[in-house]
Amino acid sequence: MSVLVERHTVDAADWIPLHISVRQDGGRLGALWASERPAAIHALSVVHERLLHLELRLTDLSYPDLSSVFPAAARMQRAIRDLHGFRSGHDERPWLIHGDEPYAFVQVEGDGVHEIPVGPVHAGIIEPGHFRFSVVGERVLRLEQRLGYVHKGIERRFESMTLTEGARLAGRVSGDSTVAFAWAYAMALESTVGATPPRRGLWLRALLLERERVANHLGDLGYLGNDGGLAFGLAQFSRLKEDLLRLNGRLFGHRLLMDRVVPGGTSVDMDPAGTNAVLEEAEHLEEEVLALRAIYYDHPGLQDRCINCGRLDARLAAELGVVGLAARASGIAIDARVFPGLAPYDELEPALCAHRNGDVASRIVVRFEEVFESLRLQRRILASLPSGDRRIELPEPAEGASGIGWIEGWRGEVFVALEAGAGGTVRRCHPHDPSWLNWPALEHAVLGNIVPDFPLINKSFNLSYSGADL
Amino acid sequence: MHKILRRIVRAGIVTEPARAPDPALRTLSQRLEELVLERLGRALAVRHVDAGSCNGCELEIHALGNPYYNLEGLGMKFVASPRHADLLLVTGPVSRNMKQALLRTYAAMPEPKLVVAVGDCGCTGGIFGESQASLGRVSNVLPVDVAVPGCPPQPAAILQAILTAVTNDRRSSPASP
Repeated sequence: MSVLVERHTVDAADWIPLHISVRQDGGRLGALWASERPAAIHALSVVHERLLHLELRLTDLSYPDLSSVFPAAARMQRAIRDLHGFRSGHDERPWLIHGDEPYAFVQVEGDGVHEIPVGPVHAGIIEPGHFRFSVVGERVLRLEQRLGYVHKGIERRFESMTLTEGARLAGRVSGDSTVAFAWAYAMALESTVGATPPRRGLWLRALLLERERVANHLGDLGYLGNDGGLAFGLAQFSRLKEDLLRLNGRLFGHRLLMDRVVPGGTSVDMDPAGTNAVLEEAEHLEEEVLALRAIYYDHPGLQDRCINCGRLDARLAAELGVVGLAARASGIAIDARVFPGLAPYDELEPALCAHRNGDVASRIVVRFEEVFESLRLQRRILASLPSGDRRIELPEPAEGASGIGWIEGWRGEVFVALEAGAGGTVRRCHPHDPSWLNWPALEHAVLGNIVPDFPLINKSFNLSYSGADL
Repeated sequence: MHKILRRIVRAGIVTEPARAPDPALRTLSQRLEELVLERLGRALAVRHVDAGSCNGCELEIHALGNPYYNLEGLGMKFVASPRHADLLLVTGPVSRNMKQALLRTYAAMPEPKLVVAVGDCGCTGGIFGESQASLGRVSNVLPVDVAVPGCPPQPAAILQAILTAVTNDRRSSPASP
């Protein structure tokens, strides 16, 4: 199954005007990356349920700054400079390759303003990153993020691998979204040879993706309760999540479902006993989560912490190009499962779950709704799982063949851009986590809130460090 | 309130016993003396540092807090400051960007201190290996007492590794106060 991608090579003079028209046409930037053979900048935009891949061939080391059209491009351009040396934009500070120089945070000055530095090592069991708060009293005037701490050279690593080995690495770009990345990689690889996995394989992939979504949402709902002062919520939701992960382990041989989606299909299948176990689990989960939702919604202390906390309004969310559940909680109707609804979602008819207030409470509501919708989808998949093979063998792609994968993971849309080298190797692979687009939104959502609400706001977005640090 | 209490009673107690320590997970022989182990017992304060992980190991470390593994029920807890910690739990290959933060966290811990490396990346560098951006296994940067493989290791295996770190190898069970 290949995604509908329109691809053009453009000149530097057209780079900005073309993207302005993309934007005027209601398009948004999905991903930005570079390649060295040939030297080029690649921009992937989503325009009316289709992908537009524009490639800018470089004649020297610099190229026009896209951040004036799409603000989200700023960090991606800094990453490109660190990884490839191609320069753009006015911010010369490193992003992914830190070096030894001290980092120049933006200073906020005035009566009573002070700074709170946090990280890279945080107080809990969290990935590393640095947050610099400028505050007056308890109120946040500015937050500046510095990421890149878990940069471990993933893109270069791909280039030393075969296409088959690359599938395993793709599943480890961000461990919590392993199914989404593995599927996006497989989709990209399949489109290099124009292959489509068997229907059964696609339906099983959707089953795994929905199980990953439910697992992560259950975990987040527990921690959101906990951060809002309701430890009971964490105990209950973490128990439910553990039950689900154990069933994953029993049915599919891996709790987090790593390496279960493979190029050509899936490495696992479902039998009638497994189907019954998942259906029983869905019934049980629905009853439990409904009861817990009633408790969350009735809890004055929790609601007081969440309502109007960390607001991101629809206009700002659109301006920043926010994606995934954070976008839907701000009233933006995007979900790659629905628009364009690539197979098998075209047959499964998923409902888009959205809310409009853009606060922590809305991001909780969207998670609850998506858990129920995911359980419905799992039932639907199992009720009419197509028969036949679950996997096909893929032929070796021609050298230089390229493909794009586009999957709505639990956090948002995941892209993988893949180009094959000679003899079944990876020439270039760019895995793109939705966190690239959502991290800058967190800097805005926290403004005017008090510092103690930051952990709650941060958790309500729950962004990946590893996914965007590469 | 009655709804909350009813859910608690309905769920009951699901905590399971922890696995016995496994000396095969050791990379260094026990550095702590019998007396220290006895004093320490299982009342461990653990500081976690993600030195470059994909966050898969973090998910399984988080699971240690759920009611099935109930880490705190065994007397252990995760602490916010390295100054309070007895044991450092490190995930990931050590990224070049995290080397300094990891070394400073370790330096801030009081003696005696233990290090447990978690996951294939912590044990060997894993799929990310060694490169310009990655320094590979944790023991390339810090002395590691116990290493637990897996991608990611299951929560019970991580718990077993932590218990192994505070066990005298000549005994079969961890020192108890």
